[in-house]
Amino acid sequence: MSESELNELKDLPILTTTVDKLVQWSRRSAIWPVAFGLACCAIEMMAMGGGRYDIARFGAEVFRGSPRQSDLMIVAGRVSRKMAPALRRVYDQMPEPKWVISMGACASVGGVFDNYAIVQGVDQIVPVDVFVPGCPPRPESLIYGIVQLQRKIAQQRAFA
Amino acid sequence: MPAADIAETLQRALPGVAIESWDAADQPVVVVPPGALVDAARVLRDSPDLNFSFLAEMTAADYWPKDPRFEVVYHLASIGVKDWPRTGMSGTARRLRIKVRVSGDAPELPTVLGIWPNADWYEREVYDLFGVVFAGHPDLRRILMPEDWEGFPARKDYPVQIKTPVTFASPTQVTEEEFVRNIESRRVHAGGAAPGTKARPGA
Repeated sequence: MSESELNELKDLPILTTTVDKLVQWSRRSAIWPVAFGLACCAIEMMAMGGGRYDIARFGAEVFRGSPRQSDLMIVAGRVSRKMAPALRRVYDQMPEPKWVISMGACASVGGVFDNYAIVQGVDQIVPVDVFVPGCPPRPESLIYGIVQLQRKIAQQRAFA
Repeated sequence: MPAADIAETLQRALPGVAIESWDAADQPVVVVPPGALVDAARVLRDSPDLNFSFLAEMTAADYWPKDPRFEVVYHLASIGVKDWPRTGMSGTARRLRIKVRVSGDAPELPTVLGIWPNADWYEREVYDLFGVVFAGHPDLRRILMPEDWEGFPARKDYPVQIKTPVTFASPTQVTEEEFVRNIESRRVHAGGAAPGTKARPGA
């Protein structure tokens, strides 16, 4: 392509990018979380979905009732050992690509529930991408976690 | 009505049974021996001036290493509606606590399912967490803990923390026969000891 042709292109209303970047941009701009609220963290997660904190600004407001339609699992709350198989089942039902946010102290490390009934860290069951600390984390924290996840997705390759 | 009056009514219906009673801060308490539990429950429900038609709550307490180790506690309520559920029944709302002391060595009680049908899940819960077996319960298996859990977590000598790996693999599909067989195998009274009823080592 000659320099004059390139100069002509500059004036046209087009952008150039790679397919990889385009795909990852679309993936990170419409993260649909599966509704997986387990405890008080879920209240903050719902607040994040509402108009006051408005996660729609980052494209992640469409909470789905079905894992088949979701990209992200926000494990919001304590996971009991009895819940672990159900959580894993939901994760397995999500289509690739999929991500997991472990929200709050309980999901991440068991929190104050250091006992026989609670899973001491949900990373024993599913691969976690982002841990959000807090007890419970404020909606801003969770939004920050989602933004971190978006940055992570932006760095990943769609076609490896 | 003070506990002594309730105990007197019970004693009249069940002569020869050792009944203890006192007035606790919140409600009267009656202690009955395990063998007389079902008879006492029937008297409390059916005698017109008591009318305890409602089992409000049921739980247990572990006094390990004391003996008798367990105290199974029934909270009863009289709704306070006259002539309900039958004509002639007392219309005074009141509460009562029944305690039954159970030995820690193979703890067993008769079920009160025939008196208050809602005892079903309460008894399963007490069995699940304390390991008290309720003789005559038709579906005695764990209710809160996972089906294959070992030991009884609410016992005093049960460890608080268990550092075993989490199990999350379960068959995705079971046939109806397998499903029924799984349920049956975990029932205590389905002939033979069910898995999960075995006490933890050292318990």
